[in-house]
Amino acid sequence: MDWFEILWTTSFWVAAVRIATPLIFGTLGELVCERAGVLNLGIEGIMTLGAMTGWMSVYMGADLWTGVILAAMVGSLLGALHSMLTVSLGLSQHVTGIGITLLASSLSYYIYRLVLPEVTSPPRIEAFTNYPIPLLSEIPWIGEALFNQSPLTYLAFILVIVVGLVLYRTPLGLAVRTTGENPSAVEAQGMNVIGIRTGAVMFGSALMAIAGAFLTMSAFNAFFFNMVNGRGWICIALVVFASWHPGKALFGALLFAAFDAYQMRLQQVIGSAIPYQVFLMLPYLLSIVALILISRRVAIPQALMIPYRKGER
Amino acid sequence: MPGPHLPFLKFPPVVPEVLSLKNIHKQFGNLHANHDISLSLKRGEVLALLGENGAGKTTLMNILFGHYVADSGEIEVSGKILPKGSPKASIDAGLGMVHQHFTLADNLSVLDNIILGTQPLWNFRLQRREASDRILDLGSRFGLDVDPNARIAELSVGERQRVEILKALYRKARILILDEPTAVLTPQESRTLFKTLRQLLEEGLSIIFISHKLAEVLEVSDRIAVLRDGKLVMEVEVSKASENMLAEAMVGRSFKMPIRKEVPAGESLLDFDKVSVLSPHRLPVLEQVSFSVHAREVVGLAGISGNGQRVLADLISGLQSPTSGQVSLYGQPLKRFHPREMLRQGVGRIPEDRHGFGVVGDLNLAENVISEVYKNPDYSKMGFLNLKNRQQFADKVVQEFDVRGVKNHAPVRLLSGGNMQKLILGRVLLQNPKLILAHQPARGLDIGAASFVYERLLEAKMQGCGILLISEDLEELLRLSDRVLVIHRGKIKEAGKAGSLSTTNLGLLMAGRQADAS
Amino acid sequence: MRLEPRSEVSPVRFILAPVAAVIASLLLCSGLILWSGASVFEAYWMMLTGSIGSSFALAETLSRATPLIFTGLAAAVAFRARFWNIGAEGQLYAGSLMVTFLGTGEINIHEGLLPPILFMGSFAAGSLWLFLPSLIKIRFQVDEVVTTLLLNFVMLLLVSLLLEGPLKDPMGLGWPQAAPVLESAELPRLVQGLRVHAGLIIAVILALLIWQLQIRTTLGFEMRAVGLSRNASQFAGMRVGNILLITALISGGLAGLAGYSEVAGLKGNLTLDLSPGFGYTGIVVAMLAQLHPLGVIGSAFFVACIFVGADAMSRSVGVPNYIADVVVATSLLCMLVSMLQVKYRIRWKS
Repeated sequence: MDWFEILWTTSFWVAAVRIATPLIFGTLGELVCERAGVLNLGIEGIMTLGAMTGWMSVYMGADLWTGVILAAMVGSLLGALHSMLTVSLGLSQHVTGIGITLLASSLSYYIYRLVLPEVTSPPRIEAFTNYPIPLLSEIPWIGEALFNQSPLTYLAFILVIVVGLVLYRTPLGLAVRTTGENPSAVEAQGMNVIGIRTGAVMFGSALMAIAGAFLTMSAFNAFFFNMVNGRGWICIALVVFASWHPGKALFGALLFAAFDAYQMRLQQVIGSAIPYQVFLMLPYLLSIVALILISRRVAIPQALMIPYRKGER
Repeated sequence: MPGPHLPFLKFPPVVPEVLSLKNIHKQFGNLHANHDISLSLKRGEVLALLGENGAGKTTLMNILFGHYVADSGEIEVSGKILPKGSPKASIDAGLGMVHQHFTLADNLSVLDNIILGTQPLWNFRLQRREASDRILDLGSRFGLDVDPNARIAELSVGERQRVEILKALYRKARILILDEPTAVLTPQESRTLFKTLRQLLEEGLSIIFISHKLAEVLEVSDRIAVLRDGKLVMEVEVSKASENMLAEAMVGRSFKMPIRKEVPAGESLLDFDKVSVLSPHRLPVLEQVSFSVHAREVVGLAGISGNGQRVLADLISGLQSPTSGQVSLYGQPLKRFHPREMLRQGVGRIPEDRHGFGVVGDLNLAENVISEVYKNPDYSKMGFLNLKNRQQFADKVVQEFDVRGVKNHAPVRLLSGGNMQKLILGRVLLQNPKLILAHQPARGLDIGAASFVYERLLEAKMQGCGILLISEDLEELLRLSDRVLVIHRGKIKEAGKAGSLSTTNLGLLMAGRQADAS
Repeated sequence: MRLEPRSEVSPVRFILAPVAAVIASLLLCSGLILWSGASVFEAYWMMLTGSIGSSFALAETLSRATPLIFTGLAAAVAFRARFWNIGAEGQLYAGSLMVTFLGTGEINIHEGLLPPILFMGSFAAGSLWLFLPSLIKIRFQVDEVVTTLLLNFVMLLLVSLLLEGPLKDPMGLGWPQAAPVLESAELPRLVQGLRVHAGLIIAVILALLIWQLQIRTTLGFEMRAVGLSRNASQFAGMRVGNILLITALISGGLAGLAGYSEVAGLKGNLTLDLSPGFGYTGIVVAMLAQLHPLGVIGSAFFVACIFVGADAMSRSVGVPNYIADVVVATSLLCMLVSMLQVKYRIRWKS
């Protein structure tokens, strides 16, 4: 098989959609936070803690969906913490985010080690199995890729639509968007800016945690150290790339994942001529390139990263 | 009884007082922001609220709108007590505010900005169509036409103000409070606003008009209330009021503004020859601008903000270079545009935004005073700062320019607006500049501080400086300038010598039309 | 709830802020210790004795503090200018790569010149790794947080690539590690038999130099002004782009020196696990010091105590040593709240 034929194989597209799933959850989650005006750099840590929590719940006997819900709850708790510090107290969103990432990651490892002190190889759980949607999954080529995936992947697609509809067609979405553009306008209507931002950050963080849970409960079935491996930061780049639109976020995640799936297969084709590390570097480098290309043309939410102090005009 | 759900009534109902504040008291630490204030507003009247910065107007309005809770006192709207601390209750009671700094989201549409908060938060759908129809209806009824689907970022300042007013009307406001509404309008646009206000009055609304422009207040209001230092010091029918009376009430003492003297102008200091600047999107921001500023003269530049003043100021400040044309200083064409170069050439700049550009808020006084001169041999050698000389310079500025409220090593952002401006003025003038750019030098300052700034600028002119004064305040311009230019859409026209100008003609030029020959 | 700016910055509050943060974080983490079944008092006592209870422990702590001073200074210098350099981890490895390249005998350098060349080389390597994100930030306004972070991952992969290939130690029994540095390149031990080395001296000297730079020189003044208000600094005539670039290069260089110190002073050769996150921990060190260079020395020591103490704690009472990372992360968050108290008074009613 040569480098071109890879694109025609079904397994390539199946892998692309699977790889895209955590990116979709993570990007959507960050997008909601940023639309409300809050940069959430805790994403990498929240994904890690979500991964550990989801997996650990199942290991301890819960069923898969309960694990997902627990992960989401843990994520939203971290979101509440982030919001308390940055929205209510107005602390630096940059430093707080890094702090939350450090805290959430270290908590994941600590708790994991506490429960499983002497493991040499990580224990496994019964992960989600793919659920082929009747009829649709029989469409040649894209049927396999889009409709024979993990239930969490379907959840991701549904959430893209739901978040898009809520943001653009409901009063709640309008309030969230305006909070990210001009919080004074929201305050002047008697609505609570802090409440709206906190809610958005908690919801977004829940999604981020589900992204992590997907890794340990669907893509793989164990929790490894450094599992998230920078996906959170890539999501931050993808949000900019998507101009803060849910639809474009889906597109960006798929594009990126396709590239990632491609380089994995390319490695096998090209073999040892190029060291595998070069291929692994490409996603990160690509994110940086994407940021440079897009940064100049986008209209960022105007109140992003500016803490809102009540009564200050 | 009027209320949020009834249509506008045309005949006077039972309660004559539509809004009544009783003994409002509000303290912040040691500061009495509002001290025992009692005011009332009658149906169908325009009450003007006058006062300097810090007089307590903003605090009072914040209490009215539920952003602050008064320490004591009651507010009644049409006889019913207004619940405290709830913006929603205030809006439901029929209070509507048009803010001085618009509370609009630039990236969203007019429609979205207006309907925010008017539909229950947990509804499934935004009812856009009905809202749009209603906005168009209100617009045509009151002469406030806007396109609901336009993005705010694309609208002019006057249009944005219309959106702010529509926001209040959409929520069925019966009492409209306008905060410095004409600060950003041409004289003609102000007329249009006053016409709109009269229409609103006919429909039964009542208006509170906050302003510091005495002439306007006398023209538009029925009654005038003056606040000073948190207290209500005067309440008078307009027929019995005069500008002097009001100015004295606002300041608390009898008061004189500095007067400009005519002197023959000297050599040319600054020359703009067909200067054009294109925006990053290749749109013309300044077009073929030609003018000059001479020694011993003050040239005033009138115009509504947004017509190119900022780019012009940036050029002279050294923050930007022209796309074409030539700028000359003291007869020599300017090759490099950088703030450092301008300073070297003896150009003193008083920026429009003193907090953002004039000072580094978290640095202390001495550090801010030398921010432009720290590389001079007096203040540093071989990269090491001369801390003693720095302190000396700082002391000099404080003394000669009456900068008050300074604590050693305290961050400069704690200074009041007036003192901060005096610091900037001192820093600029003590460098003995030849040319001074003063961009809105008295904005937000109380009369005392503004008068100080004017006096020092006029003094500098008499000592040989040339000053370019960019201002939106026509009174200020006419008071200080010898000659006036007008900028509109990036083009500059001479309006003539200050003595012979009328505000009407100025207003026409500012709006881009030809001045009346008469 | 409202925040009222304080009119004076009290030095007492300034010093107490990190202390309060640390105490708060130790209290919060005691819950985690209880969960592991150990007694909180016993665990913290072990942490204390394990970090400074003997000369051996103290030496370990000091040697752990050394790279943290470097990365702490790197973060402090950058953050003062509101330049969020989160890439110290990658810059550290860049420095260690340069040391490996120049100091293992592959290239012939006079042995007397070796230490200063390694010093300058690792500084330059760290600076260079931060150069690209800085340029992107200044030219394209792309947030440097994400770019510096992503480059950390790239650098680790690069190191892995080189260690499995051209830099692989032929005597290393097949493990991916680099050849040891020459003896003339080594930073000498300060005390016979203990692991504390000359890198500590270099770190402390650098902290003092940076402190003086910030208060006495025009560059220090410019760096502070630019960090606090880019607009006002530019208006006053400062060349903001240049100043930011210089700040970034100093910051990157300091992180690169951490790599030099670890390879030439402690480990002797470059391995993939050279840094267990010193770059990220440096951020906490800097914040606990409130970005003050002298404070960095103190907070680096304190953080090192936590890590070394946690190792001892985990060996004796069975608390997983990740507790150190949790305590440190919690300290960072508590410190942010503490710092708020220094600048503002919190009023509970409006």
